[in-house]
Amino acid sequence: MTNPPGEKLSKKISVMIVDDEELARHVLRQLLAKRPEMEIVAECANGLEAVKAVTEKKPDLIFLDVQMPKLTGFDVLELIGRDVPVIFVTAYDQYAMRAFDVHAVDYLLKPVGRDRFDAALDRAKSRIGAHINERMPRGEELAAAARPPQQFLERLVVKDGTKVTLIPIAKLDFAEAQDDYVALSTAGKKHLKQQTIASLEASLDPDSFVRIHRSYLVNLERVARIEPYGKDSRLAILQDGSRLPVSRAGYARLKALLDQRA
Amino acid sequence: MHPLLTRGRFGLYLLAWIPLAAILVYLMATAGHLSWQESAVLILPLSAIYVLVCLAAWYPAKSAPLETTPLSRLALTHLLAAAILSLAWIQIAKALAYGFSRFSALVQLPEHLAPHIPILFGAGFLLYLLAVAYHYVVLSLEASREAEGRVMKSGLLARDAELRALKAQVNPHFLFNSLNSISALTSIDPEKARDMCILLAEFLRMTLGLGEKTSIPLQEELSLLERFMAIEKVRFGARLQAEEDIQEDCKPLLIPALLLQPLIENAVGHGIANLPEGGVVRLAAHCRDGLLTITIRNTFDPESTPARRSGMGLVNVRRRLEERYPGQATLQTRTDGNEFRVDLSLPAETKEAKS
Repeated sequence: MTNPPGEKLSKKISVMIVDDEELARHVLRQLLAKRPEMEIVAECANGLEAVKAVTEKKPDLIFLDVQMPKLTGFDVLELIGRDVPVIFVTAYDQYAMRAFDVHAVDYLLKPVGRDRFDAALDRAKSRIGAHINERMPRGEELAAAARPPQQFLERLVVKDGTKVTLIPIAKLDFAEAQDDYVALSTAGKKHLKQQTIASLEASLDPDSFVRIHRSYLVNLERVARIEPYGKDSRLAILQDGSRLPVSRAGYARLKALLDQRA
Repeated sequence: MHPLLTRGRFGLYLLAWIPLAAILVYLMATAGHLSWQESAVLILPLSAIYVLVCLAAWYPAKSAPLETTPLSRLALTHLLAAAILSLAWIQIAKALAYGFSRFSALVQLPEHLAPHIPILFGAGFLLYLLAVAYHYVVLSLEASREAEGRVMKSGLLARDAELRALKAQVNPHFLFNSLNSISALTSIDPEKARDMCILLAEFLRMTLGLGEKTSIPLQEELSLLERFMAIEKVRFGARLQAEEDIQEDCKPLLIPALLLQPLIENAVGHGIANLPEGGVVRLAAHCRDGLLTITIRNTFDPESTPARRSGMGLVNVRRRLEERYPGQATLQTRTDGNEFRVDLSLPAETKEAKS
């Protein structure tokens, strides 16, 4: 082993391994054992554990499997933001590969070989500490790039502290823009997510969700009625009684969609 | 649709009638009583009428196909039709002759026509039979062209199916994940790694050469699934459990090769793989009253989205069943709490009955 540049620092690089298969974790563990400058601080068998462990252990680098139960590798990335560089490890996924090609720090294909592993590690190390994140896109952008074309989101993942909530799209009532966040309303509860309302709108089925206002995106299924409100503007009354403002342009979009359904 | 009522063919048909009408005019004019003028005036409209009458020959020709209708019935049908139509035709001829007799030049037409009625009847009779023969030729040409198209289409379908089967047999996820497991095992447990190599080799060998068209005994498919599950169990460890309930006398029954494999793969990939704690895949097969019923049940995460549960596997299995046993096989899926269930029912075929 050559002396990697990281060796000069007294502190070891902390690494986290996330994979739902014990044997797959074992392969990475063994490959990492030959790199003394690396220290495994956590191993997780699913995405929920991973999100929690990232907050607690603050690793320098994560090896992340893509296909996992509950939360996929992309969901995890979306939730942890861009604070930590990630090396994806996957068996085969054509869309994921596309995302890698566009945005990756690096990715490894299973079965993982020593040479390829070392190369990925060196590449990641050179970015750690420095301006690692400049070239990393936001998690949600990467996740969007990994989504098969012409397919809309089926659920949203939201993190509140270490608690992760999955919201199936059908259960989303409406979303409200709040600066850099969107407040997702589902069954009377609100969840804050760091995303713009425009990018949320783009990832949802336009036949089900309408931008009725600059700040509001509504699930068409939930709209009970529309009432006039003052001059030139209207209110959308939802089934649960919520009242949302409807702009003139928003009303035109809403009406077009309702006509198309009728 | 009448085969002659397309633009090209109808034109040819009309063209064929021009010499026939000319011959008829000649025959009537040279037989003695009718002048050339009288013959032409009478025969031309008569021919035009018969052009249409003969088109009708298609219907008896179609309802009495040459291959399946007994000769006696064939003869009776067409001779009778020829006689009736020809009789009707000479009545029209008489009426026409009577009508034309109002013109001074044609006053004697009915009188001159009378001795020629038998010739006209004979001509009508033969012309109709000729039309019948012609329609039979057209019908058989059309049938052979259709058969040719069918053969070509089924050939294409078969090749397409084979390609699809090949692709389906070796799911890249399955293959690469298995290889990754093996690479881990080589250092932990070399013996287990070798076992896994052998399992994988056996599985691949068994699927090779199994096209979509082949039928195999249920037993053979089961032993293929056994390999598959053994490999997946190494990967998922305790998360994957399997249960089997196979009625002994079902085992020799024939099923399309690799019919169950994609369903079991779905049960593992879309069911168990999404559960952090894992689950059970249950396979049951029973046969009764000439029907083979197979049930595959697996635990799944009801919160995972539907698209992750179904996949292309089900669509392909349903299509294959429909092609192989049109209207005789069913595939139903349903969810019950955290259990996903596929019910298959297909005719119980044995080797003897098939050959």
